[in-house]
Amino acid sequence: MAIAFTVNGEAKRVEAPETATLLDVLRNHLGLMGTRYGCGLEQCGSCMVLVDGQPVYACTREIGMVADRKVTTIEGLGTPAKPHPLQQAFLDEQAGQCGYCLSGIVMSAKALLDRNPTPSRVDIVAALDKHLCRCGAHQRILRAVERAAATLRNGGRA
Amino acid sequence: MNARPLPASLVDNPRLDRWIHFQPDRTVRIATGKVEMGQGVVTAIGQIAAEELDLPLDRVVVLSGDTTNGPDELYTTSSLSVEVSGGSVRLVCAEVRAKALERAALRLNCSRDDLTVADGQFLQNGAATGQDYWTVAGEIDLTQAVTGTAPVKPVSSYRVVGHSVPRLDLPAKLSGAAYVHDVLPKDVLHARTLRQPNRGATLAALDEAAIRRAAAHQKTGGDLQIIREANFVAFVSPVESVAQAAAAVAPAHARWDNARRLEPAQQEAAWLKGQPSDDRRIGAWPAPATPPKRLAQITVSRPYIAHASMSPSCALAEFRDGHLTVRSHGQGMHPLRKNLAPVLGLPIEAITAQHLHGAGCYGHNGADDAALDAALVAMRIPGRWIRLQWRREEEFGFEPVGPAMLVTLHVDLDERGRPADWTTEIWSPTHVQRPGSGSGYLLASEALANPPSEVAPFDPSEERGGGGTRNAVPLYDVPAHRILHHLVMRPPVRTSALRGLGALPNVFAIESLIDDLAARAGEDPVAYRLSILSEPRARRLVELVAGRAGWTSRGPSGTGTGLGLAVARYKNRAAYAAVVAAVTVQETVKVDRVWCVADAGLVVNPDGARNQLEGGIVQAVSWTLKEQVKLDGEGIASRDWESYPILRFSEVPEMQVEFVDGAGNSTLGVGECTVGPTAAAIGNAVNHALGVRIHDMPLTRDRIMAALLKT
Repeated sequence: MAIAFTVNGEAKRVEAPETATLLDVLRNHLGLMGTRYGCGLEQCGSCMVLVDGQPVYACTREIGMVADRKVTTIEGLGTPAKPHPLQQAFLDEQAGQCGYCLSGIVMSAKALLDRNPTPSRVDIVAALDKHLCRCGAHQRILRAVERAAATLRNGGRA
Repeated sequence: MNARPLPASLVDNPRLDRWIHFQPDRTVRIATGKVEMGQGVVTAIGQIAAEELDLPLDRVVVLSGDTTNGPDELYTTSSLSVEVSGGSVRLVCAEVRAKALERAALRLNCSRDDLTVADGQFLQNGAATGQDYWTVAGEIDLTQAVTGTAPVKPVSSYRVVGHSVPRLDLPAKLSGAAYVHDVLPKDVLHARTLRQPNRGATLAALDEAAIRRAAAHQKTGGDLQIIREANFVAFVSPVESVAQAAAAVAPAHARWDNARRLEPAQQEAAWLKGQPSDDRRIGAWPAPATPPKRLAQITVSRPYIAHASMSPSCALAEFRDGHLTVRSHGQGMHPLRKNLAPVLGLPIEAITAQHLHGAGCYGHNGADDAALDAALVAMRIPGRWIRLQWRREEEFGFEPVGPAMLVTLHVDLDERGRPADWTTEIWSPTHVQRPGSGSGYLLASEALANPPSEVAPFDPSEERGGGGTRNAVPLYDVPAHRILHHLVMRPPVRTSALRGLGALPNVFAIESLIDDLAARAGEDPVAYRLSILSEPRARRLVELVAGRAGWTSRGPSGTGTGLGLAVARYKNRAAYAAVVAAVTVQETVKVDRVWCVADAGLVVNPDGARNQLEGGIVQAVSWTLKEQVKLDGEGIASRDWESYPILRFSEVPEMQVEFVDGAGNSTLGVGECTVGPTAAAIGNAVNHALGVRIHDMPLTRDRIMAALLKT
């Protein structure tokens, strides 16, 4: 069936069964490959996207549940040439090794900073604790989110 | 000038054009056989080339893992990439720079000594000449073999190497498609597998109709092909969810004969003792004093652990006009090509293997196996790209795991309580079953009609750092040392290389015993260490890290908080690391803070290398506190992140890591140097916190309770 929703500010209409996962639709119908498959079990966070601003596991969320909603993926933040302050902060801190977990983590961080512009370290840890990172870049990631929060408080200027 | 000994990679790939190519867009393509796994090697190699050629980094393009245009440097392993591949690139670039300047001097009718290089342009006594690398490139014969005689730049003149630069590959990974998983060629077919539970298991029945019904529930209209070849089965569809749905239900509709049955007892390191083993004596084996005068002993263990990559393995393959192209995130593309050829019945020249990024693998995981899976499907469906993706439970269930190990040290002490005679006894399955190494195969080859014959496993030689014996020789001044290595021949699961190989259990054993010996002598562990450690670089690190951690104000034992220290030099020949861990022990162990000081000689990209130290520390904390592969039923039972938990954000320690200035010494690999000292420092800190030692990893709540009950 046809399902209409908004992705990164653009209206989209896809032909997919209602039970198709959002992850499948983003990657295979819309070509948005920054949302990644890690487990399909809501256990690792590699697939995290925002639905109406809330972090959601795309690997299990059925597309029928996303109809008429606003989805934001890592591609909706910025590009290598024009990164979002969060992406820039991750680059400034070199917060990552293999990087596979990062797009999901950045999306959870985005949701956090949208609702709490002045998070403490404890707040950031709580927001990211559902995410796994196997390379061990955690401390850099926490610093990057703090740095991005500071940048955004300054009106987006580093 | 006499030729210096060439790195192995240059001996194997002597032609300059295997390494360097001047491109028309005024960039230089540097090729390396080592691949990026998140460790930053591509950036470091680029820095070395930019340095030797006097180019800005953005004029260097690094081609990594390409069987058509790049050198064969075997696998990306053992913390050797910057030493060996980087060392090779340095010599190649120095030689090409010298040749280019020679050509330019001829053109300009001047002396080579009058010429300098800036941004790739050749200046004569500081003035522009109109000549650069690209104007003379056509006159340099890059088909020549490298001689290694061109002078390399002195370290004192470095402006790129030794300075932190951002990773070249990270921006793409933070914004969209970046991995082999993300490549969808036109008309790609998606594939999943049904795995043979174990070698020798035969597929007695497969209810294909039931699988097709389950896949049809996807209601996408995508058709499903089921490919069977002996005991290899793949589900193929233009619609990914159809292939996925088929694979998800397939195990329930498959009946296997000769499937093995495993018992949970086999998941413990203790099970290894008494199993059939190939026993080797290593070292001088001097006659020990009989009977020993003052015997000290310790036994420690580490269970099977998983690589647990964030991305299940994935590969792309296309078989077209008799040629197979494979794109993989494996650790070596030349070895992959060689290993695929005999299984597929293709000549090596009919295969191209190209590396694309994947998630960190930390050793030999499912990447190569997925490449064979994809190739098998591609051979059956010529002319179409196949994207084969492993499922999460498949990655956990079928990747080779890091071997369990049991290590016992028997040490006779002198009258001052110092080790006089030291015997290390190790029980471990092999640490390397990489395909092509002689004892391992690509997984699906075991499911085909003519599986490769089973061969006896073996470990890397001592010259290559050993496997189970890695870091078994203590850094300390020990008059007599011997190793008895029991290579367990038939472990219950496939084992292979995982970051550090045997270094972690061996360093854990050595450094735990050293703390015990210090206590027995009534001395401080740092002072005791320094009394038997004459290796100057290691001594310096111990002193520095103790200072950073405020060791002198370490409190009494048994308070619930502890500070522990450990030191090692990876493989006794790569980078040195000394680590202090601060822990709080209540019901569980919490590692609060870790200090690390490392000596890696000349560090090419300091921030990138610090990232490696930090990553090794976090991974070792996770292994030490939490991780164990569970065995039951047909094989590995821990097949998701709940049954195989790893360290989380809320559990990661604060870290302070640094390198000592080692620019006067040659570069030493850093990727694996922190894992052993970190595990051992935690063990010693827990011992300090509790007043009792826990010998078996992971240091879980149950083990803490058991240890406390014994006191």
